[in-house]
Order: sequence, then C-alpha cells, then structure tokens
Amino acid sequence: MTDSKYFTTTKKGEIFELKAELNSEKKEKKKEAVKKVIASMTVGKDVSALFPDVVNCMQTDNLELKKLVYLYLMNYAKSQPDMAIMAVNTFVKDCEDSNPLIRALAVRTMGCIRVARIAEYACEPLRRCLRDEDPYVRKTAAVCVAKLHDLSPSLVLEQGFLDSLKELLSDSNPMVVSNAVAALCEIAESCESDSEPLLELTPALVNKLLTALNECNEWGQIFLLDCLANYNPADAREAQSVCERVSPRLAHANPAVVLSAVKVLLGFANRLEDQETLETLLKKLAPPLVTLLASEPELQYVALRNINLIVQRRPSILRQEMRVFFVRYNDPIYVKLEKLDIMVRLASPANISQVLAELREYAAEVDVDFVRKAVCAIGRCAIKVEQCAERCISLLLDLMQSKVSYVLQEAVVVIKDIFRKYPSKYESILSVLCDSLESLDEPESRASMLWIIGENAERVENATEILTAFLEGFHDEMPQVQLQLLSAIVKLFLKKPAETQTLVQQVLSLATQDSDNPDLRDRGYIYWRLLSTDPAAARDVVLAEKPIISEECDMLERSLLDSLISQISTLSSIYHKPPHAFLEGVRAPGVTAAAARGEIGGIGSDTPQLSTPAEPPVAAPPASLLGDLLNLDVCPTPASTTIVQPLGMLNLMGTDLLGGGPNLLPAPQPIPVPSGALADLFDLGGGAIPAITSPKMVWLTALKGKGLEVKGTFSRRQGSPCMELSLSNHAMAPLAGFALQLNHNSFGLAPTCPLSLSAPLLPGQCQEVNLPLATGGMVMQTEPLTALQVAIKNNIDVFYFGCTIPLHVLFIEDAKMDPISFNAAWTELSAETEVHYQLQISLPDGAASKLATGGVFLSSKQQEGGAVGVPGMEVLRVCSHLISGVWILAEIRGQPGIPPVMMVVRTHVPKLAPLAFHSYETLLCSY
Amino acid sequence: MIHSLFLLDAAGDVFLEKHWKSPLSRSLCDYYLEAKSSAFSQSGRDAAGKGDQGTTTGGGADTQAVGAAQRLVPPVLATPHHFLVSAERGRVALVAAVREEVSPLFVIEFLHRVADTFQDYFGEVSDTVLKDQVVLVYELLEEMLDNGFPLATESNILHELIRPPTVLRSVVNAVTGSTNVGETLPSGQLSNVPWRRAGVRYSNNEAYFDVIEEIEAIIDTTGSAVAAEIQGVIDACVKLSGMPDLTLSFLNPRLLDDVSFHPCVRYKRWDAERVLSFVPPDGTFRLLSYHVGSQNLVAIPISVRHSLTWGTPGGAQGKLELGLAPRHTLGKVLEAVSMTMPMPQQVSTASLTPSQGTASLDPVSKVLTWEVGKINPQKPPSLRGSISLSPGSLPPDGNPTLSLAFRVPQLAISGLKVTRLDLYGEKYKPFKGVKYVSKAGRFHVRI
Repeated sequence: MTDSKYFTTTKKGEIFELKAELNSEKKEKKKEAVKKVIASMTVGKDVSALFPDVVNCMQTDNLELKKLVYLYLMNYAKSQPDMAIMAVNTFVKDCEDSNPLIRALAVRTMGCIRVARIAEYACEPLRRCLRDEDPYVRKTAAVCVAKLHDLSPSLVLEQGFLDSLKELLSDSNPMVVSNAVAALCEIAESCESDSEPLLELTPALVNKLLTALNECNEWGQIFLLDCLANYNPADAREAQSVCERVSPRLAHANPAVVLSAVKVLLGFANRLEDQETLETLLKKLAPPLVTLLASEPELQYVALRNINLIVQRRPSILRQEMRVFFVRYNDPIYVKLEKLDIMVRLASPANISQVLAELREYAAEVDVDFVRKAVCAIGRCAIKVEQCAERCISLLLDLMQSKVSYVLQEAVVVIKDIFRKYPSKYESILSVLCDSLESLDEPESRASMLWIIGENAERVENATEILTAFLEGFHDEMPQVQLQLLSAIVKLFLKKPAETQTLVQQVLSLATQDSDNPDLRDRGYIYWRLLSTDPAAARDVVLAEKPIISEECDMLERSLLDSLISQISTLSSIYHKPPHAFLEGVRAPGVTAAAARGEIGGIGSDTPQLSTPAEPPVAAPPASLLGDLLNLDVCPTPASTTIVQPLGMLNLMGTDLLGGGPNLLPAPQPIPVPSGALADLFDLGGGAIPAITSPKMVWLTALKGKGLEVKGTFSRRQGSPCMELSLSNHAMAPLAGFALQLNHNSFGLAPTCPLSLSAPLLPGQCQEVNLPLATGGMVMQTEPLTALQVAIKNNIDVFYFGCTIPLHVLFIEDAKMDPISFNAAWTELSAETEVHYQLQISLPDGAASKLATGGVFLSSKQQEGGAVGVPGMEVLRVCSHLISGVWILAEIRGQPGIPPVMMVVRTHVPKLAPLAFHSYETLLCSY
Repeated sequence: MIHSLFLLDAAGDVFLEKHWKSPLSRSLCDYYLEAKSSAFSQSGRDAAGKGDQGTTTGGGADTQAVGAAQRLVPPVLATPHHFLVSAERGRVALVAAVREEVSPLFVIEFLHRVADTFQDYFGEVSDTVLKDQVVLVYELLEEMLDNGFPLATESNILHELIRPPTVLRSVVNAVTGSTNVGETLPSGQLSNVPWRRAGVRYSNNEAYFDVIEEIEAIIDTTGSAVAAEIQGVIDACVKLSGMPDLTLSFLNPRLLDDVSFHPCVRYKRWDAERVLSFVPPDGTFRLLSYHVGSQNLVAIPISVRHSLTWGTPGGAQGKLELGLAPRHTLGKVLEAVSMTMPMPQQVSTASLTPSQGTASLDPVSKVLTWEVGKINPQKPPSLRGSISLSPGSLPPDGNPTLSLAFRVPQLAISGLKVTRLDLYGEKYKPFKGVKYVSKAGRFHVRI
C-alpha cells in the first residue's frame, strides 16, 4: 500500500470528491482524504479551497490525523487568515493537553502559522509552554519565540518573551539551553544593531553553556559552539580553561561540530599567552582537519576552503600533513583547485621536492584549467621558496618543451613573476623564452613576454628586431599587449638610445595619434613628455627599481583574515568575504576600514591571482599618481559631456571607507615629478576660475521618479549658467529617451542643447550631465524669482520637480564699474530701495576675490578711520550685473576678525535684494 | 538556518518541497539546475577537448560527462537572495535554501542525515520510493526540523515517533485503525542517552564489531607510495537488553590518535585510559572512525607491475602489460580484486588476455576494467595484450591512472586489535565477536 494512489485523479472534479470524503463520517476515510490533500500539496498543487473542510477534521484524538491537518494548516493559513482563526481554539486547547507530545506539537505548529492575528492568540499558550514542566515542551517553545519574532518583533518585545528566553539559558536541561541559545542568536541576527546586545556572554553564562555542551545532542553542540566563539575571555587563564573544555568536541563524528570547535579554539588561541599551551592546542587541531578530508566531496570542499584560511593564519598546524592534499585524478575540479592552492601555501624547503614532483604530474593531466593552475603553482613555489627557484625554472622549461600551447602560455606568465622576484638572476633562460615567442597567442602571455624583453632589453640580443616585429602588428593586439609593447620599447630606447630612435617615435605616434584607447594615449603622452623634456628624469622614472613581489601578494589581508578566521565553518569562510559583503541585511559589525579595503580588493576574484601583478605604468608611487590623474576630472568639462560612473563604486567610497577612517583615503599628494613636465601635463584644463558651486541636492527621489533619481546643482561654466545633473537609475530596467524642459521663469532661462545621454542608463548606473542654460525663453515671474520648474521625460513617464537657482550663477562676468559710475548709480537708486542686512561673521580675508569668483566685482574699497567711522572698518562697494540686465549694487562693511558684517543692497527690483544678499553670503562664506 | 528543502529527481523536477518558514518559490531550484547543466556542459567540453585530438566518438564524451557532472556542482551556490546547499544521494538531489549566515557543513551533514533516514525507512533513496511514501516523508521532515533547527535526527527517536512502513503494519493498521504515528513522547528524546530507547528486550543478547579499514593511496610509476593513509571505522551491531554499559579495549590504542566518536563514547575515559566506554545505541551504528596518517604504518598489500607503450595512431600497435602480486598480507588472501583504467579517447580497440578473470574495454567510455577475483600467491595474475589508437589521432600526452579495488578479510592493515569487550550494568552474558577486514579505498596507481 503506497501513497502513489493519492496522485491518481478522476475525471470528475478532484477537489469536489476530496471535499465529500473529508466530510465523511468514517474516520478512516477522512484520514485517507487528508493524506490525498497533503500529497497534492507537496507536489505544489493548490488545494487551499479545501481549507474549511480540512480544519473541520482537526478536532480529533487520532494523532496522525491531527499531525496531517497541522501540516496542511502551516502551508495554507497565510492565504486564508480569516479561516485560520477557526483553528485557534483547538491550538489553545491542545496546549493544555496532558500529553507533552501534543502540547509541543501545538506550540510548534502555532509558531509556523504566519498570520499576525493568530500570533496574538498564541502569546498566552506560548508563555505557559515556556514554563512547562516537560523540557521537551520548553525546548519547542523556545524555538517558537524565534518564529514569532520573525513574524512580529514588536510583539515579542512587548510580551517579554526575550526575557523568558534568557531565563531558559539557565534551564536544567541541556537541550532547552541549546535551543534557547539558537533562538536568541537567530533573533539577534535579525535585530537592529542599536539595541543592546541580546545575548551578553558573562563568565557565569559561558560556564553554563560549557556544561550544557557536554550533554546536548550534536546539533545543539553546534549552536552552543557558534555562540561561544563570540565570547571574549577576560584573560589567558580563562581562555585556556575554555579551550580545554571545548577540545574533546574535536573527536565528534559530526564534521559540523568539529569545525565549529576548531573555530572556537582558533579564536581563543590568540588569547593564550603560554607558548607551550598554544602549541599543544594547535597540535590537537591537525588530525580532525585531516579527517574532514576523508568525507564526501561536498564536505571536502567546505573543509578545504576553511583549511585554506587556517593555513594562511597558522601554517604550523598542517605543515606535516602535505600528503593529504595531493590531488587525485578523480577529485571534482573544485576540490582539485583548492587542494593545489593549499599545497603551495604549505610549501617549504623541507617538502618542496615532493610538491614539485606532484605538480609535474598534474601538469600532464588532461583538464586544461587544472593544468594551467598547476603550472602557475610551480611559479608560486619559486617565489615562495627561494631555494627551489632554480629547480622550478628548469621544471617550467621542461614543460615548455612539451609544446602544449596552454602550458607554454601559462609558463611564460609565471616566469615573468619569477623575474620580478629575482631580477637579473636567471638571464640565461632569456634565449629559450625568445625561441618560444612564435607560439604565444594569448594576450596575457604576449604581454608578459614583452615585459620580460623590455626589462632585460640590454641582454636580449635581438630585442630591437623582436619589438619591431611586434610593432608591425600593433593594431591587431589587445590593449594590454599594446600597453606593454609601448613600455617595452620605451625601456629599450632608454637602454639603447642610438639604434631605436625611430622605433620609439613610431610607437609613440601610434599610441597617441592612432589609438582610441585612453589608457594607451595617456601613457603615450606621459612617456613623450618625459622623454622630450628630460631624458635623465625619464630614466629615473621608467627604469626605477620595482617593488619586489613576495608570496604575501596572494595572501588575504591580515585583518580580513582574522575576521574570517572568526567566521570559520560559516558561509563567509567559503566565500572568503565578511558576511555583510554578500548577505542581505547583515550589518557590518564595526569593521575596520582596512578590512573594508581588503574586501574591495577581493570582490573580483576570491583567489587573488599572483600572475597578474598590477604593474604601475610609470614607476612613480602609484597611489599618488593615480590620485592626481583622477583629479583631472575637476577641470570644467566641455558642455554636455557625460561621465559614466558605476553607482556602486560611489557608495563604496562614500560609506565604507569614509565611515571607517577618512585618513585611509589616498590623500592627494603633490606630484612627484623630477621636472616640471608632468605638472604641466596634469594642468591641462587650468585657467578657468572654478565658480562657486553648491553640492548636488536630490531634486527628484527615486520613489517619485519611478526609479530615476535626479540630483543637481547650478554652476557657471564658460560664461553661462549651467545645470549640473546626476541621473541615477535605481530601477530594474534601463532608462532611455531622456528629455528636459524648463517651465517659463523669471529670467527666461532655457537649455541651449537637448538633454542627451551617451547610452541608455542601465540599472544601478549613474550618469553626470551638464546642461548649459541661456536666457531667451519665455519670461514669467515666479515666486521666488529664482524658482525653476523642471520637467524631465524618459521612456517610463514624465516627472516634474522644482528647484531654485542661486542668483550668483546668473551674474555676468564683466560687470566692472568704476568708482565714479558706481557712485552715480548708487545715488540714482534712491535710498528707499535700500535694504540692510547683517551677517554674523567677520569680514574674511580676500573678500573681494571671493566675491569676484561669483561674478560680484569690487568697485572701490575704503578704510574707514578717523572721526567718521570705526577704525579698522573696511568698506567694499561691489556691483553685479544680472543676466537679465539688472544691476545690483551693494556696500559691505566689516572688520577682519570681528563680526558682524553689515550689508546694504540697492537695486531696481526690490524682490532681488534678499536673493542677492543670500548669494553674497554664500560667496563670502565659501571655502 | 534551513529555510526550505526541495527534493529533485534525476530529471531535475521538484517532486517534494517543504518550507519551515514562509514558502519559497520552487523556481529557486533553477539556479541549481543551471549550475548542474553548466557543469555538465563544461565537463562535456573537456571530454570533447580531449577527444578532438583524435577522432571523437561523440557518445563516449557524453556518458563520461554524465558521471562527472553529478559531482561537479559546487555544494554551495549563491543566488540573489538565498544560498542553495545541496547534496546528492542516489539519483535524488536534496537542495536546501538558506538565507542567513549558517554553517554549510551543518546543512550538508543534515541533508545526509535526511537521506540516511530515508534509507533507514524505505530501504533505498530514489524518487519512486519517496513519491510512493510522500506523506510519510513529509511527516518525517516535519519531525526532523523545526524552524530550521534540527529536532530529532536519531533513528531511534524517529522510529518511536513515526513507525517505519512494513507490509504487516499496513495490514494491521487497516484492520485495527491504528496509525503509524507514535502517541507518546519518545523516552530517549531528552535523557542523556538520547541514542538509546528504554525497555529493549532480546532473547539472544549479542554484540558484534566490524573493524573495517580502507587504504587510500597514490602509488607512483616506480611503485613507491606518494601518499598512503588508512581510513578506519568500527561498525557495531549491538542487540543487548536493558541498559548495557560496554567497554572495549585495544591491544595497541596508541594507533588511534585521530578519532571521531559516536556521541555515546565517553571521551574522558578514552583520554585518560584509552578504552572505549559507552552505552550503545540499539541496533547497528558506527562506533568510531579513525585515520592513520603516518605513512610507515601503512603496508600496501598489493604490488602492481606495469609497462605501457602507445604505438602510433593507425599504425604500430601499443603494448600493455600488467601484473598484480600480493605483499605484506601476513598470509591472508586478496579477494574481489578488480582494476579500472580510464584510457584516453584516442584508444580505439584493445585485445587483452588476462591470466585469470575477465578484461574488457568499454568502447564508448574507453574505460578498461579487469575483474580479477581472488589472487593465488603462487600464481600472480597478469594481463597482457595490444592496444591500437584510432587512425589520424595524436598520440596521448600522458599515461592514465589506474584504480584498484580489493579486500583482505581477517586483516586490519594498521595492525589494530581489539583485546576484550566487557559488559557492565546487566547480568546476562552476551555473544560477542570482532571481525576485521581491509579494503582498497581510493587506491590509485600512476603508470
């Protein structure tokens, strides 16, 4: 008799038949009917229509039937909340049943019904069950609190269930304790960070947990160990005693218990002071880790990822166990690669011959990815273990003899790394490398080869010929090869200037004139300027000593490593990223800025690749150079250009790094240039006075803009006002078809060119647009005069928003007035129009030049003194000329160092006075 | 913790889903299937890549790929909102969805426990059986996990809560109207020996232990062991009445420095006295597993002689000669010896004559198998003959690795020996016995 019969359908409406059966008098028939319903439910059929009939079967003393009905309820209560209320009474009654199994079943099921109204009814029975005499009921109730919290956190707080849970931590039954811990941890994870820590580990509590640890079941042990890992012991003695009590868990049959125990022990090992205790402890860790590798491939993979971390932090633990990481031909590829990585990390002079013999075997396998990684591993060994570098090289050369293309390519790439580590030590193999030149067809290997030739140009006899040959195919190469070719030829030129003059000119003109690649062009220009201004300096820069790479290059950064070690056995230990970097809704727990930085580096690939060391284009300190190159963007860009920036990048820089410690940002440093050449280069856009621009404000929120967020501000560029917009797409679909219009306004402003984006705005992307404005549109007075109404259209909808344009953006540049005409104009504007203001600041130094940046020009300046005024008081007479032709005159009096500043504004249009004052204030307070 | 569990059959259809929190769409499994199919195509590509040096027999690449793809899906997959942790048993894939930070080992281990439980209840894990017993499966899952926290995974406790299906019971139930569901709280659930139920009675009290050692080794071309280790387990079948307290002592307990115990073993006594003291679960269970890593303790019980030349494609034939001989077996017999050797795709045919047993080359997957059987030390078996490569192909660039399977009864390779078993707490005298057997685990020979 099997359940498959429940799936057979009859032609007459199935639901109808089930309904009839459910309402049958016979118990047996009822049960069969409920089973059929459950069977349909498990395969995803919708049987919610039977809800009332199934709930009717709930009142029964047949436990199996009750369980089945409960299973049904859990699935469908949410879709039928009103009906589900019908079931509440039975639950409440069952919670008082004499049989603890039924009490526990009721409280368990009640928690699974995700209907807020039922949750309220559940509170009383739950409270009772938390104090039940039977531990089985108590432990079930503890879990129910977590379920309830998931549904309605406020309810749990109001009802004080958290305190009841904390009481359960002292329960006499270890299973109750472990479930309470599990529930509290789950609640804490979903809670806001600002509340006090939910589970405060005190020495007394830790003691209780350790006692419970010995007696509860394996799953409970995992919860307890994971919780203990967060404890911060007071001193070395306490750490040691915890270690002693946890270490028996290492011999547990359940690998998850073992790994959680390893996590606790590794965490506490940092606190041990006595070197001997530490070593005994670490010795204990090796066997269980090795044992984990004997399990199913899935478990092996998880274990290997964790071991990879442990090996980086404490290599001594597994130093003797190299053999267990030897790859088997039928291991799954993800296990193979992980083993390979660990082998390299464990390599030491003592075991290097074993390792190399193995790697040689692996390089003869058939799996291309694996073979490549094996060849790469040989190179990493050479860099890590200096004594064996020579053997590694000869092994690599041997492998190159095989003429298998991908082996050859990979070998060249790693040999480049070896050259970087041991410069000018293995020149003898240069000729062999050059012989294989023909067979290199991947960009990375070609680029590596060019780098090697460039670095050793004086030792390679036919370097000029080789590079000339490469240059002929310049346009067909990938950008990375072109870049390397450029650098290599420049290096060659610096070493052998006589014969390569034409070559270098050729490559420079190819790079700067014929290339669309901005990187290549920039690098070309830099070389060109360097070479033409000061060849000696060029030599210093281009042929400077390179920082020597070491094995640490492929290690995780220390603080990240430490935080990952504390996460051993969790998902983050598999991804080698802190939890907040990949989990939804997990907050960064006081991460140090350094850790955050490591994370940025780790996002692209989780196993950092040594074979592609970032080589600075010019050997000046890369950070400062980069900082300056980026600063170029500050120069006014031509109208209507768009700069595409990934939105995510902005966030990362803005929040993570700055939040952690602003001092870690690469500070803009002076350019380390030997001559003035570079400075000149970087000053390309200089000349224009940057107008005062207020930071961008959000004009249209993503909510109102159906995913489009508009931020903006106004500036003055090249003599006309300009609207600077950042458009970002927070929606899921690309946005396109943008257009922008301004409503009639007081100054008749209108955009001079249409709003155009270079490409559709992709989700998550942000584009910057500058839109020059000009007068000439329809004039209509607005209130205030500077208000602008904007309509922006895209493929989704048309959106409207308002903003105000600061007056100083509308001032014309050449509004100079000599003192005499100023006086005439001043008196012409009668004193009635005069408006007085007071500013609670002292007159800043260089007030006049500050005002001038905003288009407000000094007409005359007087020092008050003697009998008339206050000594030391300065009087500035300034004027500005609005785009619409209106003059605004003002007299500013103030004293350096002593507030206030008095301001008198006269103008034809009285409404402008407060706006003008506001602009003047902005200008004076700027910087 | 575990959010939802999906069971998938070999075709990738979800045939059962269970949600412990709010229901998730089963379309989540598409990520798993996608990973599986991409792993499949990847391994297919590799196999084809291997083959395209010679003339490919398309079908061969495919069948190999199927075998490989099953284990190529990484056990943890990230999807936009959830993580999928998966394990496979038989042709059924168990896919668990989790949302928060969890220990993946915990989830994988739990999935294996679920599969073990199915095995225990239904005798096999297959979609047909599970579909047949779908309601029971659903009830079991509900008992095993609550809100994603494991609730009861010990088979003893589960048996008391939900009785396994038997023909007799279903007949009895039909007649009497009783149910498959236990009505009372299982006794062992909260005691400090949760693995044992109370009130067990047997007329014959017996306790048997199997010491099983698997040799894992990589032997290089010269015949020396590159890596060799022993994975040992002691499986027990204990049918004793009441609450027996057993003590197992070893002649050489020092061998066991890397052990994992069943929760019933008292660690303190092991630590202090090096004896295994425990109250056993009822029935069969794994008492202990151990690992002997130090190479000098591992005596390889078989030696392989080999010579292989490929010949030229379409021209001269290559030669293969293999010889097996026992060694270090302390007079015990090597049984159930068999060898498999995945040949490169370029190999077209082989004509091989074994001195005993049968040898064949699968024309599609190109796997050479040789079923040897028992080895007579006086007449060591050998296999010799010729192989030919398909015309027009390149000669293979590496030699294959062969894997061996064998068993040696009545021998524990490590030399582990049980000296005595004592029973306390009960009056009767049980039958007891210890059996030793050594087997090949992953035993690879590079040639």
